[in-house]
Amino acid sequence: MTTTKHYDVIIVGSGAGGGTVAAALAPVVAAGMKVLVVEKGPRFRQEDFTGREREMASALYGDSGGFLTADGTMTLAFAEGYGGSTLVYTGTSLIAPERVITGWDVPGVTFGDVETRSRKYMAENNVHLLADDLINENNRLFLEGARAAGFHAEQFPLNLKGCRGSSLCNLGCPNLAKQGTHQVQLPAAEQAGVEVVTRARVDQLEERALRVTVSARQAGEKGAEADWPAGRYRLTAGTIVLAGGVLGTIPLLLTSGLRLPAILGQRFTCHPAHILVAEHPHEITNDVGHPKSYYVDRAEADGYVLETCMYFPFTTAKNLTGFGPAHSALMRAYPRLQMILVLACDKASDGNSVGMSAGKPVVNYQFSRETIQALVRATRASARIFFGAGALRVHAPSANPTLIEARDAGRVDELVDEQHFLPGRISVSAAHLMGGCAMGRTPTDSVTDSWGRVHGYPWLRVADASLFPDSLEINPYLTVMALADRVAEGVRTDLGGMT
Amino acid sequence: MDGPVGELWQPAPLRLALRPLARAFLPEATAFSEHDWQAMAELVGGTLAGKPPRLLRQLGLFVRIIGLLAVLRHRRRLDALPPDQLRALLESLERSPLLLIRRGVWGLRTLIFMGYYTRPEAAATIGYRATAAGWEARR
Repeated sequence: MTTTKHYDVIIVGSGAGGGTVAAALAPVVAAGMKVLVVEKGPRFRQEDFTGREREMASALYGDSGGFLTADGTMTLAFAEGYGGSTLVYTGTSLIAPERVITGWDVPGVTFGDVETRSRKYMAENNVHLLADDLINENNRLFLEGARAAGFHAEQFPLNLKGCRGSSLCNLGCPNLAKQGTHQVQLPAAEQAGVEVVTRARVDQLEERALRVTVSARQAGEKGAEADWPAGRYRLTAGTIVLAGGVLGTIPLLLTSGLRLPAILGQRFTCHPAHILVAEHPHEITNDVGHPKSYYVDRAEADGYVLETCMYFPFTTAKNLTGFGPAHSALMRAYPRLQMILVLACDKASDGNSVGMSAGKPVVNYQFSRETIQALVRATRASARIFFGAGALRVHAPSANPTLIEARDAGRVDELVDEQHFLPGRISVSAAHLMGGCAMGRTPTDSVTDSWGRVHGYPWLRVADASLFPDSLEINPYLTVMALADRVAEGVRTDLGGMT
Repeated sequence: MDGPVGELWQPAPLRLALRPLARAFLPEATAFSEHDWQAMAELVGGTLAGKPPRLLRQLGLFVRIIGLLAVLRHRRRLDALPPDQLRALLESLERSPLLLIRRGVWGLRTLIFMGYYTRPEAAATIGYRATAAGWEARR
């Protein structure tokens, strides 16, 4: 049996995009309209966040964190749950670079507009710089090494409240310190009367309707019970906002049967990343304290960004190249390890896309020469920073040998080379999934207009990172919120000028 | 000769070759107790339980190919090959010009690492100490 319900607005997804739209539609609810958020994952409770790597990865991440691109050369990370990927980010809050927004060339999406909306959410989410005494040695060494190597490092603004320094951000904060949509926008939206249904998978997007299956919580599963009884639902709405992220929104559109622009799913980008590791002669504080305090932005000049990071044992083991005694020795040096995440600012290209195969989303991605070269430049820069901070040896995936000793610090350019970038052997991962529903002018160059409205379907909007016409070149959540705020404004205008 | 670890999980070729492969990828496995092997089998088998049958067939076939190469190169079955020799064979495969082969080695090593490093005991062994208490637990 299928239960039918009607809403004025339905939002699919509750992350940075969906959560923002939900909160920004509070005036719509106050005016007597019905707004619903449909979330695939559960509501996690504080006691669910145990910090255990496999348990949390299985509970929080799509495909347990093991989603691979079609050729198996890159792992893509995205979360499912009340709060979406804001559950697992580190809370780094950067405003999009002016040159990037200008370069997107979307009418109406100006840097001034994005900046103003971003600042609103920075204030709402308590974004600030971490106090000096809360910064661990893994981060301090990055700052020292960057200075020694001639790079300008900056401190990340973070959206924290009551951070105890568990270092477990990517496994869901056990202290609920990150001010993601699960902590700020969604509770506010629910307080205002927005309805949220969790454990609700959208099976099909139809004309002004969604086919949804709500599942009951299984024994032993993390998270609260579903908000509605388990079963099938047909939900109709005057407006539908898709905010399920690149791998949620695009598959729904591709399988909808709607006549959508041919560019749908194309021009996917993701900031492909390596985790680099260096061994120091003494123990450092690395698995305590916020993991991501500093970054070096070389996006404009060299096509990469370096960020401090610290990962968990299995993630670290997986990301080191190779195996056997050398790999094991580096793992056993864990308390002496410093880590840097290098991200390439990959440009959108027609070949990289999101599609469907046998009913499942599939991401086709080829590393361009420019992306590989950016990763190589980033690896060389990181090696210099590590050695500048006093490291004994550096593990660099695109080096031969992969372990560079301090005595060879002067040979970094020679040892790290694109010829050693061997996809399938080295680990590459990405957590900034962007593009595929680009904003733009017409159906030939884009999927939506500058307000996230899908060309040809005024009742259908998109409000997540799939709107990006090209790589953002920084951590994206704040820009997703800014664009979602625009989308919500568009919805309010449609519903009677409630701006 | 080593027996299979755990029961029923697929693909069978990996189940049968789990011990020699783990010893080659992970030196710590040479000192594993029967309890450690069962724990690894549970983690690896549990992870693979949700994977598509096509992927499991590919993985099983890949393990069979490694076994065949062990016989051709060393005239020994995979489970009779010393860890150093099997490791050298796997190292040559992870640098193969064929992406499928490189991916296969990467996938196997990742499964073995998952079956070890996600265990709290292994995390403690390497000195990983993160807790919810954060700084309060260290100062």
